[in-house]
Amino acid sequence: MSEKLVTMSLGGGGKQTSDFIKDVIIKNFSNDIISVMADAAHVDTSSRSAFTTDSFVVKPEFFDGGNIGKLAVCGTVNDLAVSGAKPEYLSFALIVAEGYPLDNLEKIIISAAETAKEAGVKIVCGDTKVVERGGLDGVILNTAGLGRVIKNLNDYSAVSAGDKVVITSDIARHGMSVMLARGDLGFSGSVASDCAPLNGMLEKIYAFDVKFARDATRGGLAAVLNEISEKSGLGFDINEESLPVRRDVAELCEILGFDPLSVANEGAAVLVVSEKDCPKVMDCITNTPYGERAAVIGAVTDSGRVVLRTKIGGTRYVDMPPGELLPRIC
Amino acid sequence: MTTNPNEPFRDGRIALSLAGEIAAASAGRRYKIMEICGTHTMSISRNGIRSLLPENVELVSGPGCPVCVTAQGDIDLFFDIIDKGASVVTFGDLLKIPGSDGRTLSSARAAGADVRVVYSPLDALKHAEAEPDKNFVFLGVGFETTAPAIAFLAKTAMEKGLKNLSVLSLCKTMPEVISVLLKDPELKLDGFLCPGHVTAVTGISLYEGVAASGKAAVVAGFEPVEILDAVLEIVRRVNSGDFRIVNKYKRVVSDGGSPAARAMLDEVFLPETVSWRGLGMLMGSGLRFRDEYAPWDAKKVFGLESRPVDEIKGCKCGSVLTGKIRPDECPLFGRACTAETPVGPCMVSSEGTCAAYYKFIR
Repeated sequence: MSEKLVTMSLGGGGKQTSDFIKDVIIKNFSNDIISVMADAAHVDTSSRSAFTTDSFVVKPEFFDGGNIGKLAVCGTVNDLAVSGAKPEYLSFALIVAEGYPLDNLEKIIISAAETAKEAGVKIVCGDTKVVERGGLDGVILNTAGLGRVIKNLNDYSAVSAGDKVVITSDIARHGMSVMLARGDLGFSGSVASDCAPLNGMLEKIYAFDVKFARDATRGGLAAVLNEISEKSGLGFDINEESLPVRRDVAELCEILGFDPLSVANEGAAVLVVSEKDCPKVMDCITNTPYGERAAVIGAVTDSGRVVLRTKIGGTRYVDMPPGELLPRIC
Repeated sequence: MTTNPNEPFRDGRIALSLAGEIAAASAGRRYKIMEICGTHTMSISRNGIRSLLPENVELVSGPGCPVCVTAQGDIDLFFDIIDKGASVVTFGDLLKIPGSDGRTLSSARAAGADVRVVYSPLDALKHAEAEPDKNFVFLGVGFETTAPAIAFLAKTAMEKGLKNLSVLSLCKTMPEVISVLLKDPELKLDGFLCPGHVTAVTGISLYEGVAASGKAAVVAGFEPVEILDAVLEIVRRVNSGDFRIVNKYKRVVSDGGSPAARAMLDEVFLPETVSWRGLGMLMGSGLRFRDEYAPWDAKKVFGLESRPVDEIKGCKCGSVLTGKIRPDECPLFGRACTAETPVGPCMVSSEGTCAAYYKFIR
């Protein structure tokens, strides 16, 4: 039997569209709001709300530890959670190339649905478009998310020298996972992405004196620390020895010439926590499945620069990473 | 999981004790030590090694990054190739180097050129074999370390009779540039931190001239403890006046180097006088293809000729490459020339001195 492929009629608005919505989208995302199949989802937003959107383009769509569907839900859920909001509703817009295997598309949607279920959010509206062959390669997803604000973790001015810096997971796994999944580096084996919804873990620490949070996605830990430093005028003193990096990931980065601090994560958040509450926050996080490897990696300083204390006791600056990570020459 | 053999060479306690020994051995005199390998430059910066050394022990970076020493006229050939409609296969480091007309491989790719980034030269074969209707050119930039793999690519292309793959050889060798550095009266060096990777091919005889001119030559690995240990050895050699070549990287480098790699270079290449950025024409310091490789020599296939092009105005890569100025003494550094918008190749290459300064020290 030949593989079923996406055709233009899937996004054309006719019978195929409605079958796809019913049999794939509604079936998997099933909840009381989306099943109404209205032009717009009606939701309650009576409290202060957090609203965010993100588009996802990842090649390949499937990698060890996840796929673009899981990523699209985690990305938006995590953006809400690190800003201090409880994620409640997501939209899910799908743009797919003509000729894309229908089975893969369904796998992506099932994965998004499972992740939404795990995160306790409802996917309440969506859209499907097909782009002619050649106009797009693969799948693009966009998710927007609405959440209820519990605590403001977006406030740079809350950060002060002496606060502790926590990373909630080991770093650099997502970037290296995708890099390996591309298969053009001549390495066998794989690294599982850290892609995970972090809202369950983060909800547990809103009660403590957490000053600021951000997920360390593109640009990795280095980008987040530099952003906070730039906006707050403060600096960081980071201890390389305490940075959690899995050994296989560290060695792969080394061979390819990447700095693990600059490699993307999809399940690691940076938290700035008061010194007093840091042990309680760590206790809380390390008892959750996605926070087992959390570590206190340093402290906020008034130096205005991100400084890394290297394993051999030297110091160096950590700079904003460049736009594109490239394997080095030799 | 097996133990990483590099682990003992990253030990903080050993590093600190070596730093203490360096401080004690170097007291009362200034030492200027040049590293001539981009991987050393990066390791020194990344591990914060300068911050562990006393102020009187200065590490300066020499022409150790193959991308950085590539002349502007040679870089412009990349764009000649693209303009002839060929697909370019390259190491990632070359993607952001500006040509004389302001284009980079990255911007050319955005404008529709076919530019493929590979990790190993041999990956170019896969592209060429998979797409026989496209014409591929591998941009061959490298010293003795990388040149054998580039030679092997050309040899394999010849053996397979591939008609749609050629190689642009901009490969360079170290002997001539080392003797030029030794003759430079402005450069008052006490010794060289010799590149482990290059020496693994050439053998330690490469540094006979260094020893003969009364300067220390210590071959070192790339881990922080190895670099500190080599710096201590250089200080001790200078103090004793005994300048015999020391190989401190015996776990990888045999004194005789690799005859097989040198044979591969001999089989495919001939020495050629070529231009180095900031250093000018250096006799016999380049590697061109032997005549029998003409069908795989991109210069012959596309009729390419390097034009004598002035380096970009104000760019002091040449002085940086010869250790005469620190990157932050270049008027463009951190202003017109940044990691995001590099002007000279020393900022572009991940192993370039300016890039290392910008990223880790600035």
